[in-house]
Amino acid sequence: MGNKTPLFQCHVDAGAKIVDFGGWDMPLHYGSQLEEHHVVRNSAGAFDVSHMTVVDVGGADAKIFLQALLANDVARLKEEGKALYSAMLNDEGGVVDDLITYYLGPDRYRVVVNASTRDKDLAWINAQARAFNVEIEERSNLAMIAVQGPTARELAADILDPAWREAALALRPFFGLEAGDWFIARTGYTGEDGWEIMLPSEEAAEFWENCSRAGIQPIGLGARDTLRLEAGLNLYGSDMDESVSPLEAGMGWTIAWEPEDRKFVGRTALETMRENSQRQKFSGLLLEGKGVLRDHMRVVVGGRADGEITSGGFSPTLQRSIAMARLPAGDYDSAKVDVRGRLLDVRVVKLPFVRNGKTKIEL
Amino acid sequence: MSELPGDLKFTKEHEWLRQEEDGTVTIGITDHAQSALGDLVYVELPEVGQEVEAGGEMAVVESVKAASDVYAPIAGEVVAVNEGLADDPEKINGDAYGDGWIVRMRPSNDDAETLTPDEYQEFLDELEE
Repeated sequence: MGNKTPLFQCHVDAGAKIVDFGGWDMPLHYGSQLEEHHVVRNSAGAFDVSHMTVVDVGGADAKIFLQALLANDVARLKEEGKALYSAMLNDEGGVVDDLITYYLGPDRYRVVVNASTRDKDLAWINAQARAFNVEIEERSNLAMIAVQGPTARELAADILDPAWREAALALRPFFGLEAGDWFIARTGYTGEDGWEIMLPSEEAAEFWENCSRAGIQPIGLGARDTLRLEAGLNLYGSDMDESVSPLEAGMGWTIAWEPEDRKFVGRTALETMRENSQRQKFSGLLLEGKGVLRDHMRVVVGGRADGEITSGGFSPTLQRSIAMARLPAGDYDSAKVDVRGRLLDVRVVKLPFVRNGKTKIEL
Repeated sequence: MSELPGDLKFTKEHEWLRQEEDGTVTIGITDHAQSALGDLVYVELPEVGQEVEAGGEMAVVESVKAASDVYAPIAGEVVAVNEGLADDPEKINGDAYGDGWIVRMRPSNDDAETLTPDEYQEFLDELEE
């Protein structure tokens, strides 16, 4: 038996198929993963993401500590509530984890890391923190519910404490708001508009039931994966890990090279890699015919070394198979994938496939 | 889970077989199998006329989660495939024992090892434990 979120019983009562997810018993779907996917693209769905790890970083050195810890630069967070996506690297430039940092106020930040990497992340963060005057506090008392989809904010606003409703609706994308002991952020992992809401564990079940009543349907982690794949959003452990640099995982845009004198963990290694013109690139693949692309399938590009699919699956929105892949350097727009012994044609496309309900590539 | 149709035979690989009056055998995957796989998104079918061996790969069903081989429970010749699955693989999720059939075969012998509905139900109950 794995760890359980405060919503575990809600999922069981709703008939969810429960699976192990990084040591947590989580809902895969509540009946149909495909239908749940479409619900989020077309209206509104709610995800239990309470298994994710919330860490508050405070103290006089909080800013300079995070500037040293992360490849992106928290100095970019000038307005309170602003969020920043970043990689946390090891000395070799490999990705220890990807995370979001919210700037709560002077000397106060909130960092959200992945569930499956909790133990090593906390160990890494605490080890790096030794030279700084900071307090690191895991907020395991917080549950997290993501409401996502074109009507999610509108529907969820009605069930928020009226005191925070207006401010929550006024949030710009990638901003969050401390609402008493709740935290509401206009962020997500689906490619749709919505909020990620952190709230005290003991209040989670009530809010979850209210979401359902408001017409925000429960969505399992199965659909979360196909939604993020369509949105071209990386999954830690599939698209990157400690052996992969952000430069080869489509995360180059998250590295703050300037100012040049900001020393962050992994910088020296990254600078060397940046000079290598033969380093792999990270792209989307669209299967031209029928079949399904899967993780780890071999990508064959004429006259070059092989590439590999890092995340593959079926896109319910496109009704085609899509993938994200690490590919040999160079300019080309087609390749072949070894699908169970047969070489099938794929088109190499720019990510994302889908954003805000709209298909971003030509079919 | 729904009750197992009494006119079918089953295998431990979660396939079902129906003996047709013309001597052919219709084959599909069980309701338990489709439920475990999740929503199906693609089915790779054999060619009509293809000879398959018992235990040989006969079809591939791909769900949102993974690809799974469907092995031929009997040896014989494929005489029909369910073309409707090409555009609508979810037929298997919706009606595993009816519209979701996969192939029809003419058996080359009849020494298939199959389970009765009661035996298959017992087998499922053991899996659950």
